[in-house]
Amino acid sequence: MAVESPKMNVDIGSLRLSNPVMTASGTFGYGEEFSSLVNLHRLGAIIVKGISLLPRQGNPPQRIAETACGLLNAIGLANVGLERFFSEKLPFFDAIETPLIVNILGDTVEEYQELAARLNDEERIAAIEVNISCPNVKQGGVAFGTDPEMAHKVTHAVCQHFNRPVIVKLSPNVTDISLIARAVEDGGADAVSLINTILAMAIDIESCRPKLANVFGGLSGPAIKPVALRMVWQTAESVSIPVIGIGGISSPEDAIEFLLAGAKAVQVGTANFINPRAAEEIIQGIESYMVKKGFASIEEMIGRARKS
Amino acid sequence: MQAFKELAEIVRKEKVAEDLYRLTVKAPDIAEFSRPGQFVMVRTVEGMDPLLRRPFSVHQVSGGDMLQIFFKVIGKGTKALAGMEPGQQVDILGPFGQSFTMAEDSLHILVGGGIGTAPLLFLAKHLLKKNEVYSLRVLLGARTGNEIARVAEDFTNLGLTVDIITEDGSLGRQGLVTDLMTELQQDKQIMVYGCGPYPMLRAVAGICRENSWACQVSLETMMACGLAACLGCAVMRADMQGYVYVCKDGPVLDMNEVAWL
Repeated sequence: MAVESPKMNVDIGSLRLSNPVMTASGTFGYGEEFSSLVNLHRLGAIIVKGISLLPRQGNPPQRIAETACGLLNAIGLANVGLERFFSEKLPFFDAIETPLIVNILGDTVEEYQELAARLNDEERIAAIEVNISCPNVKQGGVAFGTDPEMAHKVTHAVCQHFNRPVIVKLSPNVTDISLIARAVEDGGADAVSLINTILAMAIDIESCRPKLANVFGGLSGPAIKPVALRMVWQTAESVSIPVIGIGGISSPEDAIEFLLAGAKAVQVGTANFINPRAAEEIIQGIESYMVKKGFASIEEMIGRARKS
Repeated sequence: MQAFKELAEIVRKEKVAEDLYRLTVKAPDIAEFSRPGQFVMVRTVEGMDPLLRRPFSVHQVSGGDMLQIFFKVIGKGTKALAGMEPGQQVDILGPFGQSFTMAEDSLHILVGGGIGTAPLLFLAKHLLKKNEVYSLRVLLGARTGNEIARVAEDFTNLGLTVDIITEDGSLGRQGLVTDLMTELQQDKQIMVYGCGPYPMLRAVAGICRENSWACQVSLETMMACGLAACLGCAVMRADMQGYVYVCKDGPVLDMNEVAWL
């Protein structure tokens, strides 16, 4: 039997979302950039560009390259830093009711901790998402997200200083992502989001040089979706906290696959570059699908593909 | 900044020369708000390969609702676009970026290289609203004549003086567009508006500095979004302390803002 208006809302810990579709960090600026093209109020949540304690210039160009159905980037986490985020970017959200999630990154556990503490004072910020794909400069530059112990430690430090939901964004550049997921769950994370970009490269055969000045970059876009879906499936099996699916989601069908695999919500990333209204259209498409299939709520869909 | 997303119908396709095309599309909102130097992001296919939109300078606007782009086929995206026919629709975002600043009481020198002449026709038309024909000079350079012959005609039709130089000597004199710059009379305050490949713009900026002429350049880089979200279009700032972003701080920049690495 058809359902007239299915329930689109989901909860990520204590964070209540009107629908399960968010914009992924690094693909939606600080929200304002998209305001003339997108109805920001329709989005489940907005996750802004990753913030560090101090501003970062980012990598030298060439920073991006296009690959088959994909985008390679080595932006180098360029961002305005916490102070300018507060003074220049945050006020825009006074007029926006959509939950604001701030993505954070750092070189040391202490940096993450300080970011969490400072952001905790800003009531407007509904949750934080912790990017643990950065190198820990005090541990020989090994990425926090590739070592269960470091991932646990940084998660724990952030959770101690932030009293609202903490989402930890996982790196796919590991042997067993569910191991890292369990470590951050133990560390107190309220949810995990995955996947971040996949380490990759491209070479320019005219100049005979790597296309990116940084040589390696992160691959995103439709090309990585099947990998992301597999990792979401594995992670959903291993943890009891909500899993947020990310990776090449460009259409309602893509988003639905992630929900059926066990994700409680999704993030739209690279697709924002190609179609700034992708997230809005995905929300509408999920709703139409639910009506057609007779799902009364998002909850009914989550992990459906896992049930025999 | 006000930007729009329009499904624009192609009303005219003109093959200017081998691999050179002009497309006229009906995009009323973008056409109304476009200023010379600004650009649009065009989706070249409906599918996912090529994935990204392609940036194009606004070449001309006409009739209040028509917008024209001028491009060379260099890769998958431009090839797909060149294969489109009138009646088909293209998905366009824009207008984006900073436009040229119209100087006052100056001799306006428009310097274009190859396909880089694209935004200069639109600029010339705007300049002519407030300036006499004799206060504009157009210097066009290209590898070979057919890359610029058609656009040169458009400038001439506006009543402008156009000097042409080509690397192979097939049209106008033989040489580089910067050769034409060194012959400019300096009896008036000069504003140079440059658009073309990066090495040409660097040379143009060099000559402008030597002569203390003001100069604005329109830069081209790869970009994924055009919205200052991807931060892929970074160019080193003149002070070497950070980057300008071509989509938001440019594409038109004062030559003194760029490090010219």
